Amino acid sequence: MTSAHVALKGVTKRFPASAGGQAVHALGPIDLSIRQGEFFAVVGPSGCGKSTLLELIAGLTPASEGQIEFEGRAIENEIPDGIGVVFQEDACFPWLSVRENVEFGLRKAGVAPDEKARRVRDAIAMMGLGEFAPSYPAQLSGGMRQRVCIARTLVAKPRLLLLDEPFGALDQQTRLLMGDEVLRLWREIGATVFLITHALDEAAMLADRIAVMSARPGTVIDMVETHWPRERDSRIVEQESFGATTSRLWKTLREESMKTMGRSAAAT
Amino acid sequence: MGDRAKSLRNTIVLIAGLLVFWQLMYAVIGEVAMRSPWQTMRYTVTLVETDFFWVHLTNTLQAFAVALVLSVVLGLLIGFALGLHRLSAEAMEPMLVALYSIPKITLYPIILLAFGLGMSAKIAFGAIHGIIPVALFTLNAVRSTKPILVKTGRVLKLSPPAMVRSILFPAAVPEIFTGLRVGFSLTLIGTVLGEMFAAQHGLGYLLMNAIGLYNVDVIMSVTFLLVVFAAGVNGILLAVDRRLHFRV
Repeated sequence: MTSAHVALKGVTKRFPASAGGQAVHALGPIDLSIRQGEFFAVVGPSGCGKSTLLELIAGLTPASEGQIEFEGRAIENEIPDGIGVVFQEDACFPWLSVRENVEFGLRKAGVAPDEKARRVRDAIAMMGLGEFAPSYPAQLSGGMRQRVCIARTLVAKPRLLLLDEPFGALDQQTRLLMGDEVLRLWREIGATVFLITHALDEAAMLADRIAVMSARPGTVIDMVETHWPRERDSRIVEQESFGATTSRLWKTLREESMKTMGRSAAAT
Repeated sequence: MGDRAKSLRNTIVLIAGLLVFWQLMYAVIGEVAMRSPWQTMRYTVTLVETDFFWVHLTNTLQAFAVALVLSVVLGLLIGFALGLHRLSAEAMEPMLVALYSIPKITLYPIILLAFGLGMSAKIAFGAIHGIIPVALFTLNAVRSTKPILVKTGRVLKLSPPAMVRSILFPAAVPEIFTGLRVGFSLTLIGTVLGEMFAAQHGLGYLLMNAIGLYNVDVIMSVTFLLVVFAAGVNGILLAVDRRLHFRV
């Protein structure tokens, strides 16, 4: 088996007490080992700290305890090179055209102008945005804007792609199609993908491995291998093992979600 | 094409409506305090040919230009400084709003005593009208930048100055521009008001002087010119404003 691309060892996250409140133990301890080139998904009940986990790996927020390594080097409060992030919210810059938005992803890359132009053109073409290059985000649909954000991330050629519910704001059809798209990109760019989602079918369809998280403080309570071939698309939802995976995820999550609901019911 | 033609037609209808209203007001009030649109325009042509009018106009424009630069520069500085620092913004915003709602004319005696008669008092009076709205709009523009855009900047490893230059500033531009438009109008009001109370030059002085001499022609012409100037510039700024907001 290939070595770990991302490794988490005993990682926890606590948020300090705000005025009048008490400290929140949001996450962990978590141990995870994500393989090079793997499509890894995380599902969990809302509020379990999925997004916090992604922010920890992206170096956007420091861990309270434990260690996170990316390509063998510890991430300490600094955003490592080679990591790209796509968020759920529309993160397009409305004052820049599609082309300029994508170019923005290469600001810090220090590539030569002609190489830059070529990579921007490729990323735009890869996301099927060619004819919209001169348009502004306000002229595009939500799905198209999310493509712009993905292109802006891809243009920097990340070796680890972090996706924080990237299709959460899109309708069901667009989500399935974007899923196909992400699978294709994953094969083409050969990066490791780390996907956070609340949609179980999305995780079951896209990922090689799925970690199921518990309610807060979020820990990994189940790990599911899907054994999908690398060449796959949304048609795998017709297969029997897709249903089996989804129901296993749901069974684990249902128990967790009941706990959360029970807790909030008891609190009221 | 349709939109263009429509907006042109609306503008023409508006101007025609205002002229009719003016003519009606003139019919009701009469020669004592007003002149008809036609008389006003004829006198305006005579007025702009005199040397003394240009002395006063230049004086007002100079004062206004300096006051506007002060309003914009100080307003932007205050707005950005507070907008980037949450606690200061929370502490200072209510004070700015309170200051904004004071009739600035009550500060006029202090300004007059501090700056003396003449140019500097006018500039100061114009600037205090403009600084606060520009600062308030800028403050809100910076504060309401979508956090996701800042987060994206962090993921792309922008340095703090690059973050302000490439994300916070462009994200805030449409709102800031609205602030500049309001600041423009209020600074003009402030400057002319300043001239009306204690000055020897400027269009405001010309107006007060004309009231003293009971020269209705001058009153009508100067007022007319000020309205045309303010409305014209505001129209241009509004058009730019709309374009900027359309993108967001």
